Amino acid sequence: MPIISTSGLSRTFRTRHGEVTAVRGIDLTVRPGEILGFLGPNGAGKSTTLRMLSTLLPPTGGAATVVGHDLLRDPAGVRRKIGYVAQSGGVDPQETVRSELVLQGRLHGMSRTEATARAAELARDLDLTELLDRGSTALSGGQRRRLDIALGLTHRPALLFLDEPTTGLDPGSRTALWTLVRRLRDEHGTTVVLTTHYLDEADALADRLVIIDKGVVAAEGTPAALKAEHAADTLQDAFLAVTGRTPAPVEHAPVAV
Amino acid sequence: MLLHDTAVLFGRYARQTLRSPFQIFFGTLMPLLYLFFFGPLLTGLPLGREGDSWQVLVPGLLLQLGLFGASFAGFAVIMEKNWGVLERLQVTPVSRLALLLGRVLRDAALFVFQAVLLVLAALAMGLRAPLAGILIGFGFVALLTFSLAALSYVLALRLPSPQEFGPAVNTLAMPSMLLSGLMLPMALAPGWLDVLSRFMPFRYLVDAVRDAYVGHYATPTMFYGVLVALGLTALAVTVGTRTFRRAGA
Repeated sequence: MPIISTSGLSRTFRTRHGEVTAVRGIDLTVRPGEILGFLGPNGAGKSTTLRMLSTLLPPTGGAATVVGHDLLRDPAGVRRKIGYVAQSGGVDPQETVRSELVLQGRLHGMSRTEATARAAELARDLDLTELLDRGSTALSGGQRRRLDIALGLTHRPALLFLDEPTTGLDPGSRTALWTLVRRLRDEHGTTVVLTTHYLDEADALADRLVIIDKGVVAAEGTPAALKAEHAADTLQDAFLAVTGRTPAPVEHAPVAV
Repeated sequence: MLLHDTAVLFGRYARQTLRSPFQIFFGTLMPLLYLFFFGPLLTGLPLGREGDSWQVLVPGLLLQLGLFGASFAGFAVIMEKNWGVLERLQVTPVSRLALLLGRVLRDAALFVFQAVLLVLAALAMGLRAPLAGILIGFGFVALLTFSLAALSYVLALRLPSPQEFGPAVNTLAMPSMLLSGLMLPMALAPGWLDVLSRFMPFRYLVDAVRDAYVGHYATPTMFYGVLVALGLTALAVTVGTRTFRRAGA
């Protein structure tokens, strides 16, 4: 039984300049325990798709089942089973790490005692214990990201959405985050769906990739299969072939210094 | 579920307010200035209403405090939206109505507290009014700030930049204050202004509180005041829940 299945999932926005279709129709099947990467140029519809699957944005067309709940009819059921970490996180700068973690547990229906215990457990798992009583503004980029992810994992979701989780992180924090994502899958069987612009990350981390372009799935498969299919040496070349963007010719004009 | 979530969120926002004494007291500044520097001008004037000038002015200042305080409440939700906190809360199974009520109840509690401070200062300045009337006044402040804060959150979610939100609220709040006779009763107004002010819901609230401050509790004015206050509350909860329920908001 797939953990996500969508058919024709689409989203149109009404703007001052008429209708804009951000997502034209996504057909997707995700198996439990997969690490799935969404790739695609800016504006291709990756984030819109993720926001629809996490109930933040109602689709204007199509249907989807997420962790056994119908996305349109039972968004509350979906919310109990998924975690979602937005690109810019979602931490209140007036709060401490501990109070944010406890609040998250409370909103998932835990008692104060359970939420406090869960906060300590998450802090241990994500190396935040020393920071529990710090204000969230005092955290480094990598620490902030670990807090964002801890918030998304509070209720032990079967499925975790990560929107560009490593954007802006230093190389050390990025590698640590990859390790964390793999651990989640290996130790807890969590399914992880993430978007990224880093093709090395997609290559190293994802079991399977979905390339979204102009609001539809333009290609999907394992990194190796995508490369083979487009006779490409690197994922970069495969990506460019799929999205129809050819590399700009390198001009060797003299550079004025 | 609704009660649990509302209590949890109310606790979070109340603690945030308690950490910021500036936020607690700042709202009383403008009405206190009116009380100290404008109130004494009225003491000998015929105001066209029963009671002395403090019994006419203080109800107006209470509603001014509520009007200006609560209608700017939406700034907080613009910040939460920019930090991504609102989305993070919306992806949890938290009750959508609790997302609204937790905030709005904190706001109403804060403004009633400020109203108590204002009335204490007014007592020192010379206000004398029956206790029941003063308590009824706080009841009106609670309903008004509850409704206005909720509507302010709705506006803030529709106009998500502070550059648009601030001027929009000012444009609505200033005429509301002037046309409801908060500073001076509309009994003094020429006919056309009196008629115009009858279209302003806050007028019925301030007139009802003025009646309460002179000990008249069973008047048509009080009836209309209660009706308008409850109507505003019902409108605010309906519109507010609908806005918070729409996932994209």
